[in-house]
Amino acid sequence: MTDPSIAVRCSAITKSFPAGDGMVEVLHGIDFDVPAGELTMLVGPSGCGKTTLISIIAGILTPTSGEVEISGNPLTRMSDAAKVAFRRSNVGFIFQQYNLLPALTAAENAAIPLVAAGMPLARAAGSAATILERIGMGAHLGKLPNQLSGGQQQRAAIARALVHAPRLIVCDEPTAALDAEAGQTVLEILRDAALAPDRAVIVVTHDTRIYSFADRIASMEDGRIKAVRTASHALLSEAA
Amino acid sequence: MNGVALRILLGDRAKYIGLIFGIAFSTMLMSNQISIFAGLMLRTAGQILDAREADVWVMDPRVEYVDEIEPMTDMQLGRVRGVDGVDWAVPFFKGLTVAHTRDGMLQQIILLGVDDATLTGVAPQLVLGSVEQLKQPDAMIIDRAGFQFMWPQEEPGLGKVVELNDHRAVIVGISDASAPFTTYPVVYTKYSNARNYVGRTRKQMSFVLVHARPGVDIHQLAQRITAETGLKALTWRDFTWATIGYYLKRTGIPVNFGITVALGFIVGAAVVGQTFYIFVLENLRQFGALKAMGVANGTILRMVLLQAMVVAGIGYAIGIGLCAGFFEITSRVSISLRGFELPWEVALGTACTVLVIIVIASFASLRKVMVVDPAIVFRG
Repeated sequence: MTDPSIAVRCSAITKSFPAGDGMVEVLHGIDFDVPAGELTMLVGPSGCGKTTLISIIAGILTPTSGEVEISGNPLTRMSDAAKVAFRRSNVGFIFQQYNLLPALTAAENAAIPLVAAGMPLARAAGSAATILERIGMGAHLGKLPNQLSGGQQQRAAIARALVHAPRLIVCDEPTAALDAEAGQTVLEILRDAALAPDRAVIVVTHDTRIYSFADRIASMEDGRIKAVRTASHALLSEAA
Repeated sequence: MNGVALRILLGDRAKYIGLIFGIAFSTMLMSNQISIFAGLMLRTAGQILDAREADVWVMDPRVEYVDEIEPMTDMQLGRVRGVDGVDWAVPFFKGLTVAHTRDGMLQQIILLGVDDATLTGVAPQLVLGSVEQLKQPDAMIIDRAGFQFMWPQEEPGLGKVVELNDHRAVIVGISDASAPFTTYPVVYTKYSNARNYVGRTRKQMSFVLVHARPGVDIHQLAQRITAETGLKALTWRDFTWATIGYYLKRTGIPVNFGITVALGFIVGAAVVGQTFYIFVLENLRQFGALKAMGVANGTILRMVLLQAMVVAGIGYAIGIGLCAGFFEITSRVSISLRGFELPWEVALGTACTVLVIIVIASFASLRKVMVVDPAIVFRG
């Protein structure tokens, strides 16, 4: 029986990569739950396996062993094509480098997931405009990425992650390329706009300044989850 | 995602224009050179193509092409006429002689002698005068380009007198004869006149032009003529190809044109291939992001192919337009360049070649896009 309060469930995840003549294991049997309606941060030193884990959770990397369920859907047992379709409908992405298409306006960029699902670009851009207006980008709908500041580009990326109402939003270092103020604003917007009872947000970050926005922090080390602490826990206050 | 693919393509103006230029250049070079080559080859058979009434050309068995004349006796005409299936058969003279104008100029000409009674074999289009006028004494018809070659300052007109082998000849018509391989004027006259103009010998008939009776297969008729007379008989189409084939085999023309066409292909493929590859490479991260967001490989493949096809289509249209424009302009600049045009077969063939270029150009890029790991987007 699937627990509806759990958005993501990772069970005994391992991942190995080829290295020289052999294989090197970078994730060692990770068990990890991400509750729905919460913003969970994945923190840890470089090379500890955060990006690998988030890639597996997002369905763009296949684990060597173990299982991932998203809202009860067994991601690791899906075919490649099914995984692609699942990502298209159920996962939103926010990247460190924004990855906006330079030739498209902010509204058109935010509309990409709808276009990928088959909606015409103009109509999809109209839907995306509503979300962009909600996050304070109403004045920049028709601007190209190179006409936007870093914070504005990341807000366009947030709108892109939200536009198709996914059940999981995955953010990779969303504030790494921003100054402190812009980073705070982006996290505020992300919390306000993205969090919903049936949706989970996972943020991979090194940025200790944004720990205060987390409901839960999972710290990783050497391919293992060392600790998972809630907002009330000492780690949060220490980080703050 | 087609709209997105086009926006990505148009977004990078410099590469977009570079790609179109590459295809346009390649198209222009290939279609232009192949058209000129085709035009030159058709010129070699111009006199065959102009004698449209003739179904079969009969000649000495040693003749390989239209400019190689081994005269036959007039007696052979009667033998050909006696073959079953022949509707009519007429003599045809082809030779070279020198024309002297009254102002002292001399000019080598191609002299074509047609049957005195029927005037069969004269180029069908006349700019001035009529074919019937050729029945007048000392009459000749000259092609328009030849007239301008001999009297460059004058508009084509009738009544000019030239001297051919001490015989007077008067221009009674101006034809639009196909351009010959050489630049010599093409002069038509009666068969009997032609013999006088070059000096009478025992054997003077160059060809026998044959028309088949209705319903008779001209290939079978040609075989029958050969079997019954021992002469070589070819349908007009076979004789055209035999003549073109001779020039293809015995001259360096195909090699020269072939090298230029190959260069057009290689330059096109290299420029377009490299530019397209760089274009895709620079957008690889974006394609990776699209894949991460759930855009299927097939969709990405269609996006890249659409970009390639748009570039190919626009580049081809510009290139083929330039080629057609080139021939339109050159035909107006000089009458000696008449007959060079862009045949639809060349336009179609070039389109197929451009398609091959763009497929080659896309191939390496497509492979790159197909294997790109969507996790690339998680690497700062």
